[in-house]
Order: sequence, then structure tokens, then C-alpha cells
Amino acid sequence: MTDAIVPPAEDAVEPRYSPLHEVHVAAGASFTDFAGWQMPVRYSSDLQEHHAVRTAAGLFDLSHMAEIAVVGPGAGAFLDHALAGTLSTIAVGRAKYSLLLADEGGIIDDLVVYRLDEHDFLVVANAGNRDAAFSALATRAHDFDVTVDDESDDTALIAIQGPEAVGVLDELITRDRLAPDAPLSELRYYRVLQGTFDDAPVLIARTGYTGEDGFELYIDNETAPLLWQSLAEAGAPRGVVPAGLASRDTLRLEAGMPLYGHELGLDTKPAQAGLGRVVDASKASFIGRDGVTASDDARVLVGLTLEGRRAARAEYSVVDGAGAVVGVVTSGALSPTLGHPVAMAYVEQASSAVGTVLGVDVRGTVIPATVVALPFYKRS
Amino acid sequence: MSDLTTLKYTAEHEWLLIDGDTATVGITDYAADKLGDVVYVDLPTVGTDVEAGKVVGEIESTKSVGELFAPVLGTVTEINDAVVDSPDLVNSSPFDDGWLVKISLSGDLPALLTRDEYVALTAE
Repeated sequence: MTDAIVPPAEDAVEPRYSPLHEVHVAAGASFTDFAGWQMPVRYSSDLQEHHAVRTAAGLFDLSHMAEIAVVGPGAGAFLDHALAGTLSTIAVGRAKYSLLLADEGGIIDDLVVYRLDEHDFLVVANAGNRDAAFSALATRAHDFDVTVDDESDDTALIAIQGPEAVGVLDELITRDRLAPDAPLSELRYYRVLQGTFDDAPVLIARTGYTGEDGFELYIDNETAPLLWQSLAEAGAPRGVVPAGLASRDTLRLEAGMPLYGHELGLDTKPAQAGLGRVVDASKASFIGRDGVTASDDARVLVGLTLEGRRAARAEYSVVDGAGAVVGVVTSGALSPTLGHPVAMAYVEQASSAVGTVLGVDVRGTVIPATVVALPFYKRS
Repeated sequence: MSDLTTLKYTAEHEWLLIDGDTATVGITDYAADKLGDVVYVDLPTVGTDVEAGKVVGEIESTKSVGELFAPVLGTVTEINDAVVDSPDLVNSSPFDDGWLVKISLSGDLPALLTRDEYVALTAE
């Protein structure tokens, strides 16, 4: 549990680097700060990387994300207590999206939980919430027969996302580099398989954050560069390219997926974000239950499509026909796939019905915007 | 490509090609690279009077919005319609096809940077 010790303040400003950093430098990546990490924002063109994921596949380094192991006979019961959903009943080899709530019902983090074995779960948290998520889980574990370990520093995460992803993994299997414990064809969406790559243990999860089919591969830091290179080499003839966080953001936005700090936060209740289904109100008790109900007049998350080509961006005001402010944009971009601006915004319930015509104040000019159902993009 | 040493530069990452009393203005490759893929360019209308340091347009990438500052005092005589239609020209050809506006100069030029000075600025 020594991982829970907060580093001294002078270390906090030192940027952190992925185990794949040198690979990215060699590939000519531009870097950006993301939650204290220097991560690739793009390699050449974020638009090309976006289109590559929709039409072929992209290779993402997500090693900044936090991996927290929850192991022990009480693991299932503990997660049912600590998280908003019911995890104790999912089958081994399944994944589930969940929420870590504060006592007051706001969202500390959104997570993906994998059940690796009967008493062995992996909880994946956002990089920016690593400390908060680990600390909340460790604190909540006190009355359960379970250990909570932050394995983030030892774990790399590589995602391959797009229609060609499955073919690339199949090729690594054919070449005897990647050896899953069961045929890849059995790995359906939101399931996870264990296996080896180059004799190192690897977790192969069919999960992602782009709206495309794809995989997320968890592996030790030392083996990660070889896995990345192998995926890149096998993928190159199929049009697979390395892709940075800029394209990841436009991809997830088109897919209507929330991003913590934008659509989700401590002042957001799950139902406001359209995540009421993630909360299992049938559970006798869980942390956050008492406060999880949103107030009757709480703003709700909607999708907006805008006219023209100017993007609505986070924190821009949403106005109604009379010019009154009825909401605020949380994410927005000119959608590379659709060719028009899309945004997510929290708006008053009276302005939230699909088809409602609103406006977004784009630096002094009100651009017409229409409420639409999420997601903006769904793969065919 | 233009001979970059014949251009003048600003600390706001614009370049100027000064020919008689006309300045052609664009943004540098450094600025274009920092913005990422440019997807929208908003330029002033022809005939707009501009002065150095005032915002006259916007350059949007997928990730951010950059303001275009007028580097000199004058009047806009021409805008690059091609770059409005194809904003990616700012990335692919920042010093040539990606030029933004032409300004008829009024009065003296403000202090501008040489190529060497601009390169030194962006190397920091």
C-alpha cells in the first residue's frame, strides 16, 4: 500500500513519462501534458489519425491510466459496496463500466472493472483521478477481506482501436507472438482474456473509448515497447497508425462518451450525465446511495449539432431562443467524421428535448444548435 | 517555398512579406504545428481598417482557437479565399498557399523580427 503515499510537492511538477516515451519520440510525436504525464497529442495529423481509427485502426498509448488490483475473498462484496454498480455477479472474463461515487452522490471517477478470476478484479481509473480513486477504494476496503493495490507504475496500456484491430491481433497470434488463453473469436465486446506476449503476461480486453471495435492490452512496462512495435509492424500494411490524445478526444466525443473533468465531476450526479443505468438502486447499500438522486431541476447532458464549421468549446454558454442562458458546453469540436460541429452540454431540462433549437455563444456570436440524441456517431 | 529570411515576423507567430506598400500576412509553420490540424479560418472582410496588435480573425484547429493579430497599421486589400475553403493549407503550406490577408500599409512599420530573431524566440 506504499503507493498511496503522496509524493512530496516538489516532485509533483516533474512530468511523468510513459514506458513508450522513446518510441513516441522516435516516431516524431508532439507531446502534451495530460494529468501530469507527457503523452503524445498527435504524431503528424490528428485528423488523419481520427480517420484512420474509423477506417483502419489506431494505436494508442494509454499507460498513464491507473490500474488498481482488487483481490481477495471479499472482492465482489467490496466492489458492490464501493461502486455504484453490482460487480459481484458478473462472470469471470467480463468487464463492466462503473462509477465511484462520493458520499454525497457526485462522481469521483468513472471506471472499467474487469473480473479476471472469482476473487480477482482489475479496476481501471482515469490518470487524473488515480490518487482519488485509489484512496477512496483503499479507505472503503477496511471492513472487507480484500487487498487494494495500485499497480499503475508497473503497468502499460496499449489500445488498438478500429475495424482492422482484430486482424492485427490475429496476425500476432499466427506469428506466435501473442498467445491468448482462449481463441480470440470468443472474446466479445466488454470481455477480457489472459494470455502471454513474448512470454510476458498480457490482458487482452475488448474495450475502448473510440466508438469502434478494438482492444486494450495491459502489459508490464518492460515488454510494452516490443508489443507496440509488433502491433505497429503488423498493422502498417492494414493502414494502422499511431494515434494521439487529440484524435482520442474527437473519437470519444463523436461516440458520445463522457470524459471526466468535462461531462463528469464531483458536482455531477450519474442521472444528469445519462448514467442512471450504471447505478444499481436495488443494492441494499453502497457508498453514495443516499445522495445519488439528482434534484428535480438539475441540468442534464445533451448532444448538440451546430450549423457552420465553428466549434462550440468547453465552457461556452448555451442560450435559448430568447437569448437566456440555459446551459454550458462541456466538450465540442468540428466532427471529423460528420463534417459539422458537435458538442455535449448540460442544459435545463426544459431545453433538453431532442429537436429543441438552441444556440451556442461562440466568442460573441450565437450559432444555432439543435439538441440531438447521443451518440453522434455509431459504427455500422 | 518563399525564402524565409526575406520575411519579417512577430512574436505572435505571424510572418509578413513586405512588397512596396503591401504586406502579405500568414502564420508560421511553428504556429501551425502548435495548433494542430486547422479546420476553420475566419478572416476580416476586404476594406477593414486594422492596426497592429488588434485581433482581426481566428484560426481554429480541432483542439484550440488561435487569434489572428494584425501585425501592422493599414487596410485589408485581399483575403485568401482558398484558405477559407481549405483551412488545411495553413498546415500544408503556411508560407505560400496558406497566406491569410494582404494589407495596404499606412504609416511606419512597427518593430518586427528577423528570421534569426524569430527562430531564436521559438527555440526557447
